[in-house]
Amino acid sequence: MKTYYLPAYAIADLIKSRQISAVEVLEETLERVRSVDGRAGQVDVSNAQSKEDLNSVHAFTQLADEHARGQAEKIDQMVKAGENPGPLAGVPYTAKDIFTVKGIPATAGSKILSNYIAPYTATVIERMAEAGAMMIGKVNLDEFTYGSSSESSALKPVPRNPWDTSRVTGGSSGGSAAAVAAGEGAISLGTDTGGSIRQPAAFCGTVGLKPTYGRVSRYGLIAFGSSLDCPGPLTRNVMDAALVLQAIAGEDPRDNTAAVVPVPDYLAELEKDIHGLRIGLSEEFFRVTYFDAKTGELKENPIDNEIKDAILSVAGYLAQLGADIVVDVPLPHTKYGIPTYFVISRVEASSNLLRYDGVKYGYRTDQPFADLRELYRKTRGAAFGVEPKLRMLMGIYLSAAQFDKGYYQRALKARALIRSDFETIFDPKGKYRLDALLTPTTPSTAFPIGGVYGDSVLMQYSDQLTVTTNHAGIPGLTVPVGFDKEGLPIGAQFLGPDYSEGLLLRLGRAFEKVTENEDWRDRRPPLLPAND
Amino acid sequence: MTDKISSDVFKRLVDLASLELPEGEGEYLRKELNNQMVSIEVLESIPIDAETGTAAHGVPYTEMNSPVPREDVSRQDPHREDILKQAPELEDGYIVVPDISHEELY
Repeated sequence: MKTYYLPAYAIADLIKSRQISAVEVLEETLERVRSVDGRAGQVDVSNAQSKEDLNSVHAFTQLADEHARGQAEKIDQMVKAGENPGPLAGVPYTAKDIFTVKGIPATAGSKILSNYIAPYTATVIERMAEAGAMMIGKVNLDEFTYGSSSESSALKPVPRNPWDTSRVTGGSSGGSAAAVAAGEGAISLGTDTGGSIRQPAAFCGTVGLKPTYGRVSRYGLIAFGSSLDCPGPLTRNVMDAALVLQAIAGEDPRDNTAAVVPVPDYLAELEKDIHGLRIGLSEEFFRVTYFDAKTGELKENPIDNEIKDAILSVAGYLAQLGADIVVDVPLPHTKYGIPTYFVISRVEASSNLLRYDGVKYGYRTDQPFADLRELYRKTRGAAFGVEPKLRMLMGIYLSAAQFDKGYYQRALKARALIRSDFETIFDPKGKYRLDALLTPTTPSTAFPIGGVYGDSVLMQYSDQLTVTTNHAGIPGLTVPVGFDKEGLPIGAQFLGPDYSEGLLLRLGRAFEKVTENEDWRDRRPPLLPAND
Repeated sequence: MTDKISSDVFKRLVDLASLELPEGEGEYLRKELNNQMVSIEVLESIPIDAETGTAAHGVPYTEMNSPVPREDVSRQDPHREDILKQAPELEDGYIVVPDISHEELY
């Protein structure tokens, strides 16, 4: 078996027991990237066109092979010297190109940062290095994380789903999910503002964990919605997600929203029994709202039966293991999740985007300009794609005094109500006393490339089952639970109260164990040789 | 249905956002913004009153989980040269800012 498809914990064990070196693991992984990834994303080039392009993953925006080689050699020296190289020793991973790593470009998938070399390193990247992991490169995403398919990146070709390269990876951490699914690194670090870890993880058949807001430092993360952004891992199994969270969680003097809350031993939590846990199912998560562009109306439908059946099957397994399944759990404000997100995230995004001006760093127009205002307009007009433009314009409209009709204040109140829904169902003295909620992660499986992109409302509604988690700040874990009839992965989501990541991981692990011998667990993306 | 964001309002927003839009992009953006407003208007139907609180963060920050503010001291950034290198135009270690036009404020 090649190491590129092994779990992170197994790779670290092989390296620590000197059965393989970190340099060997790295070279195997880089070879894997070369064989399946195709052209790395770049600005001012065409999207996928050739047969080779259309059959490649295109997860990467750049390889950091020299950077990783330095880390691998250090790990091998530590092993040789009998020192402990860390729990993720020699594990190859990728980082969404929204994290800064000193000396390495950080593009955010945008032309406006296409020439930006980060002068400092994100806290999570530093912590992964301390745990022994090797960062092999940066991976593509929706521009500034604005999207749910990774198609809005200015760096082309955009990522393609390893299970079916005519389908989207989801987004915005689409490069992360695709890389992990295709064996290009055992782990990827992503970010989740409205579902951007969990939705692509579900579409690509990986595990994805959005931690509680403040559980993981945002220092060194290029900001989208500052009250919503959460860095977290995408992995191929639950234990790896636990290992990564263990490495990156905790307070950080450089981020005053990183909460001062002790970090539990997530690995110790993993194998605990789930007997007696109360797991809820809510009808609000089994129907979907969508925007009909022809009529300009919002419509509601029941969720796809295949996805619903898959989630009910997960509930059945958990019941077999002794969990109590509680049905008809009310979350009445779920339907306001996307409208609330349209307001809060746009206002925060427009504020965060004003700093890009062609003066201090990043792209500057090559056209002549008469003064500063013209420089701004020409630089920003040429270097932002349509998604950042939409978000800026909407953010300004919703918050500007002359246009404001109280949208922002109303959205903050809606957010409080969404939070209150979750507090009610997780209240240990309340009527429901849930330990966790079980839901589908997405309303559909991965949709065709080009099928939704361009319709900004319909695209946003693909996050409707993940976004309320971000409003409430609570953690969410998605795990793969099977495939639809077209062979595309289906994800199930566990949601829990603040800082309950350990419990969510335990549930994910319990499901993983009880289904470990099922046939679907042996499936690999067609890019992967069957016997690997 | 009347567009919430008229052509005139859109023009004003584009100016506030400091954007020079490529030919033909404006109409697409305005259409999408108005479609998004259909969703946003749903918020009008939420039963809220003066008693309903607002949430700036989902997870509340209390004395128990908030970090102590850092000491307010200045210090030399260790990345000064790396940061300056990013600027498109430098002069004697300063970032050059193009002329600032004098225009009527709104």
